[in-house]
Amino acid sequence: MTITSPRRLGALALVAAVAVGACGGGATAAPSASSEPGASPAQTGAAGPAVPSGTVSLTGAGATFPAPLYQVWFEQFGTIHPNIKIDYQAIGSGGGIKNITSQTVDFGASDAPMKDDEIAALPAGTKILHVPTALGAVVVIFNVPGLTDLKLDGPTTAGIFLGTITKWNDPAIAALNPGVTLPASDVVVVHRSDGSGTTNAFTAYLAAVSDAWKGGPGVGKDVQWPTGIGAKGNDGVAAATKQTSGAIGYVELQYAAQAGLATAALKNADGAFVQGSVDGVTAAADAAAASFPADFRQDPIINGPGAATYPIASFTFLLLYVDQKDQAKGQALIALVYWALTDGQALEKGLGYAPLPAAVQAKAIAALHTITFGGAPIWPE
Amino acid sequence: MTTLSRPTRLPARRGPRRGDRAFAAGTRWAGIAIVSLLVGIAIVLAVESWPAWRAFGTGLLTGTTWDPTRDIYGAVPFIVGTLATAFIAVVIAAPVGLLTAIYLAEFADRRLATPLTFTIELLAAIPSVVLGLWGIFVLAPLLRDTLDAFVIAALGWIPLFAGPSYGFGVSTAGVILAIMILPTIVSIGREVLRSVPAAQREAMYGLGATRWEVATRAVLPYARSGVVGAVILGLGRALGETLAVTMVIGNTDAIPTSVFSQGQSIASKIAVTFNESTGLQSESLVGLGLILLAMTLLLNAAARLLVARTARGPRR
Repeated sequence: MTITSPRRLGALALVAAVAVGACGGGATAAPSASSEPGASPAQTGAAGPAVPSGTVSLTGAGATFPAPLYQVWFEQFGTIHPNIKIDYQAIGSGGGIKNITSQTVDFGASDAPMKDDEIAALPAGTKILHVPTALGAVVVIFNVPGLTDLKLDGPTTAGIFLGTITKWNDPAIAALNPGVTLPASDVVVVHRSDGSGTTNAFTAYLAAVSDAWKGGPGVGKDVQWPTGIGAKGNDGVAAATKQTSGAIGYVELQYAAQAGLATAALKNADGAFVQGSVDGVTAAADAAAASFPADFRQDPIINGPGAATYPIASFTFLLLYVDQKDQAKGQALIALVYWALTDGQALEKGLGYAPLPAAVQAKAIAALHTITFGGAPIWPE
Repeated sequence: MTTLSRPTRLPARRGPRRGDRAFAAGTRWAGIAIVSLLVGIAIVLAVESWPAWRAFGTGLLTGTTWDPTRDIYGAVPFIVGTLATAFIAVVIAAPVGLLTAIYLAEFADRRLATPLTFTIELLAAIPSVVLGLWGIFVLAPLLRDTLDAFVIAALGWIPLFAGPSYGFGVSTAGVILAIMILPTIVSIGREVLRSVPAAQREAMYGLGATRWEVATRAVLPYARSGVVGAVILGLGRALGETLAVTMVIGNTDAIPTSVFSQGQSIASKIAVTFNESTGLQSESLVGLGLILLAMTLLLNAAARLLVARTARGPRR
């Protein structure tokens, strides 16, 4: 718990400032000096966004996956700027999009980027900026007595979740795991019962590697599962997997470690078997950074190139109104997000998230300049 | 039920009559408020789910597919899941609960009956999330390895009892629900049996009947409608219970084919997916809510009819 104490975080943030300054300095729009934690607007000069001096309270709602990270971020930011109060409710990505559509929050958060029909459903004239904040990996967890190392490739994983591979000693699994004794027991699939960005990323992977999955259950936050037990939340899937001998499920990276469950090494695009890890995700993000879409609506990164790349990585986003209704709130929001994209990045790894690749970070910071109040940019370039 | 004959008018007195009128108005408004609350809920559900009804028509009620990827929504898997779990719960809890109620009302020593009743009522105080956790970590593995395995070995050739059982499924949800509705059935059943007039029992004893005969021939028939009412109240709770069911039912959007299959109930489906749903999916979920409300009202009405029938029945 010492890691969450303010002083420790301050130290971490300082390291972050140095790290960001060192590795991202050339690429980012902001000079490294602005990343100094606790720096006042006056000190940051023209580069960092101004922080309003009056009391401002911001409310946000959305994704549960980045909630632990956001909680630490907002606490930490609140210590630096006590006049800015931030309230974040982790009600789920769908809830975040609902709230941003009904304009009941100052910012939203979602694991999956907003779909075209969701953008069409926004009130007329409302534009939303997607700001990527972190990356996560979806890992395949399993509970087979006596089995600690398991290698899977795309088609086999899809076969398991389609229900066509029903025994652990199936020839398809055996072929990938030479020398491993596989039991003849049933494969019990465990999946999410609630809509989730985790499911969105995982089904995107299954659809990418299997036509049967693409034409069958398809891709989404909630799909019609052909087989298996549904459980609520990442922790629910982890619990059901732990309780059931022969179970296989999927969760966000940090939940596998928490539950003490073994994870499968997945075969990536280069043919290497990679365990889910923060580094594997960062490798995936680096590879995808060049083709990052202009509107930032990056779908999960599936089967990215590179030998170290983990095949299922996805961004999580903050959703901001491009046209702010309140200048002080807009300023506070930009200052907060800027801080999160710079100093905040160093807190990610310790919490099980992968920080943004430098190129994406630079694009995200540049996009903050496009946020306006009354037609004029709040933080001019 | 019955209209009372108009009482003979008392000599006119000013003060109390005004109070009477105010009291009568107050009770009337309270009654109207409750009815309009129910109507209001139904209207809101109907309005909010209207786009789904327009898109699918009765297909929302009769469709067997729930596919968020293709935006096709049908309620049958959840209607079946709800009825199946509630049915299993009542099949288990009604006999056990009624026997317990008869024991407490007719046979148990008072010194034993009081603490026993208290303990059973404590069962109702367990939060459903706690029962659900207990279901995940204790009941599901226990049933899977004992009762389920036994039933599958003995009756597995019948499709209804076909395996395999993973512990999470319709039957486990039914057992959890049975535990949850047991206190309702026991405590109401016991009160109903105790309210049977002593004269009824004494007359039977006077004829030389045994305690068993008194309980089954004099007390139970007299209290029949109340006993059915106790079971109906239990059923109502089983239909609407959400959290504990979610945690053990296996959450699968398909029609269960065996009691050990994974399934999903209406209440549980709404609770689990509503937050992340948008558009037609969320409207269809509200439609599910309307269907559940209608199901509960229909079952209650049917049960009332049943009670009225049996209460007036020819057997004596």
